[in-house]
This record gives sequence, C-alpha cells and structure tokens, in this order.
Amino acid sequence: MGPSLDLFAALSPEGAWSVAELTRRARSIVEAGLPAVWVKGEISGFKAYGSGHWYFTLRDKAAQLRCVMWSKDNQRLPAAPGDGLQVYAFGTPTVWEERGEFRLTVRQLLSTEAGGLWQVAFEKAKAALLRDGLLDPARKRAVPPFPRRIAVVTSADGAAFRDILAVIEQRWPGVDLLLVPTRVQGEGADREVCSALALLSRIPKLDVAIVGRGGGAKEDLWTFNSERVARAVAAVPVPVISAVGHETDVTLCDLVADLRAPTPSAAAAAATPDRTELLGALDRLAGALSRALAAPTRHAGERLERVGDRLSSVMLRSMERFGARVAAGAAHLDALSPLRVLERGYAVARSPDGKVLRRVAQFTAGSAFRLRVTDGEIPARVSDA
Amino acid sequence: MTAPDGRGFAQDLERLEQIVRRLESEELDLDDALRLFEEGVERLRAARERLSAAELRVRQVLGTQAGKLQLGDVDR
Repeated sequence: MGPSLDLFAALSPEGAWSVAELTRRARSIVEAGLPAVWVKGEISGFKAYGSGHWYFTLRDKAAQLRCVMWSKDNQRLPAAPGDGLQVYAFGTPTVWEERGEFRLTVRQLLSTEAGGLWQVAFEKAKAALLRDGLLDPARKRAVPPFPRRIAVVTSADGAAFRDILAVIEQRWPGVDLLLVPTRVQGEGADREVCSALALLSRIPKLDVAIVGRGGGAKEDLWTFNSERVARAVAAVPVPVISAVGHETDVTLCDLVADLRAPTPSAAAAAATPDRTELLGALDRLAGALSRALAAPTRHAGERLERVGDRLSSVMLRSMERFGARVAAGAAHLDALSPLRVLERGYAVARSPDGKVLRRVAQFTAGSAFRLRVTDGEIPARVSDA
Repeated sequence: MTAPDGRGFAQDLERLEQIVRRLESEELDLDDALRLFEEGVERLRAARERLSAAELRVRQVLGTQAGKLQLGDVDR
C-alpha cells in the first residue's frame, strides 16, 4: 500500500491503477491476510520443468488452486506425485503478478495414502524393476559357503562397517575384507553408492558383496530405495547381501539383492561360515573317520582269524601225517640197527683200534682183536695155526 | 600370512565326507582302507590348519587408476 495508490482516485477512470499496481496490491493483501496453511486436494496437470520446479493444480469438486513447488523444496521428495494423487500440501498463498494468478507456493507435500509419497515412489520403482525381471526369485544366486574375499559397500565411518568387521573377525577371520567406502545418505548419495557398486566388478576373485547401512530415518534410508541403486545392485557380478537399516525396513535394494539380511551384523553372518562350528564339524568327521576305519579293520581281522583257523588245522593235519612218517621211519631204522643183528646171534670182530675186521687176511696169527656180541665185548686172539 | 583358502577348505571337507562314506559303505581291503584313512587324517589336518592359521585382512578400495584397484589401509 504505497503512497502512490489512492483508492479513492481509482474510483474514477482518471485515477485508474495500472494492472501491476492492482496485482501487487492483491498480493500484499493475500500474503498479509492468509498464513501458511495445509490444503488437501487432488493433483492434476502436473508438470516438472527443466529447472526442477514443479507446477500443478490442486482441486476438489468445487474449485481449483494453482500451485508451484520450487526445486529446493521438491528435491527432498522421493518422487514426483502423479496426476490424480490425493495430497496434503503445505504452503503460502500468494498472487503471481505476471499472470494475475492466485497461487499456493508449496513447501511440503504429503500423499494422503499410507506411507505417503515415499510409498508411491517405492511402488512405482518396484513396478519398473518387476517389469524388467529384476525381482525374479530365479535370479537369486547362492552365497558361497567358504568365501575368501568379501567386499562391503557402505560408509567408512558408520556403525554398519564396524559391526560387519566384528562379526567376520569372530566367525571367519581367514578372509580378505575390502571396504568400498561411499556416502549412504544425503544429496547425491545414490550416485555414489552406484559408483561403489560398479567398482565391485573390478575386484578380482570376489566371492560375495555386502551393501547397506545401519538404521536411520526413513528419509536417510531412501538412497537404498532409489531405482538406480537397485539396478546397480542387480548388475553386480557376484552374489549381493543387502542389509539396510533395521529389520522392519525393506528397501528396493533388499528386494533386488540375492539375499536380504535384517541388519549389517546379520549380513556378515550370512556371508561367512562359523569357524567354531566348522571345527566342531571337523571333530565329528574325525570321529566318523575312525569309526569308519573300524569296519574294514574288523572285516580284515575276521578274515585273518578265518585264515588263521584254516592254517592251524592244515598244520595240524600235516603234523599228524609227518608224525606217522617219523614213527614208520623209526621202526625201519630200528630194524636195521646192528644191535638188533647182534641180538640175532651175529658177532662183530674189531681190531684194538676199533676197525671192523671183515676178511681172513686181517687176522694174522697171534694178533689180538675184540669180539662184540649182543651183550658186550670179548677180548680174543688168533691162535697160532 | 597365508592367503585364506576357502576353495581348498571346501575341497578338503568334501573329500573327507567322501572318504568316510566309502569307508563306511564299501568292502575295502585293509590296504585301501588304511590308505583312505591316512588321506582322511591328512585332509583333516589341512582343514584344521586352514581354519586356525587364518588372520583377517582388511583394506579399503580407494578407486581405480588405469584399470587397477587402488587399495589402502582401514583404521580399526
């Protein structure tokens, strides 16, 4: 209400205001008289410009209201609202002088549906992923049981990495753990996470990747609901375990990942076997091994025993046969014994040095000899002929 | 530090189970059984060693340069 504006003067053509003067006046009155308010209505004629600003109309059965939402305000929202969406808009009523248009400058926008605009954006992106087959259960790859190299895509200074580190150190320390650091929230975090995920394909001999972050506000988790991040997860060449926030928040990243873990710690546990458990399993295998050897050993023992039995019976029989032969031989020997011959009345003559005298020529006149009969020896002499 | 050998471990474990199954199920002669047993004992030793010798190695990927990964230490 500048001093140049004279309401009374404008009551006649001579004192007419300019268009600009009137619209400026209207704007002043509207802005002074109407505070920032929440308005409920349905979106129509939505248009997003290259500048990032949004223009749309809110309407109900009886009236329409032109709205603008500047990019600095709308960029906090997960997605643009589609036509037909019922929303709550918070903003300041004003008049856009250039168009002479009554307008609401919207600062906040909420969907009246459960979950609000976040849910709307989520469903939209999910539908796109589904259409491209990225949510197909057949796509899910198995996490390798004994990984040697694990990559973790998360913030370098967040609790998530510390939790993952602690769990892996305890369960499966024989691993090469690679952190691929990235911001996980805030403006542009989704692009950073995508670059980090793309880097995974450059890591040689990678067995499995974990992507995620600790819990946070819904807005903070939104990076992992970005369709772009979800597609980057799907493009990772090794199995991906996703762990975003707490148990209750299921993100698009979770849906696309090969395995969803409720927390970063759980993701680390899912990525690794438990060394203690494995040592126990090895102990059981050692027991099974010994027991398993007992069977062939027993088998061989039994065979040995059977062979032994047969051997001894064979030995016994041959011993018996041998014994009979020895007895027969002994009888034979006995029959040939010279003593037996002497018994029958023969005698043996021997010279004094023990030589058997067989021929007449050996007996010279007067020589001494000994005569052996069955019960002893007789000294004798050849008579002089 | 020996590189952690997961694939080796998996192979050892698989072979061990196979050995136990064969020992349990087949009529082996004692020579073969003992040979299998000895191999089993050796595999057990190797598997236990792999589990206990390993030490966690943590690094961070700083980026790529000329197609090569740049790695750095992680504060722990």
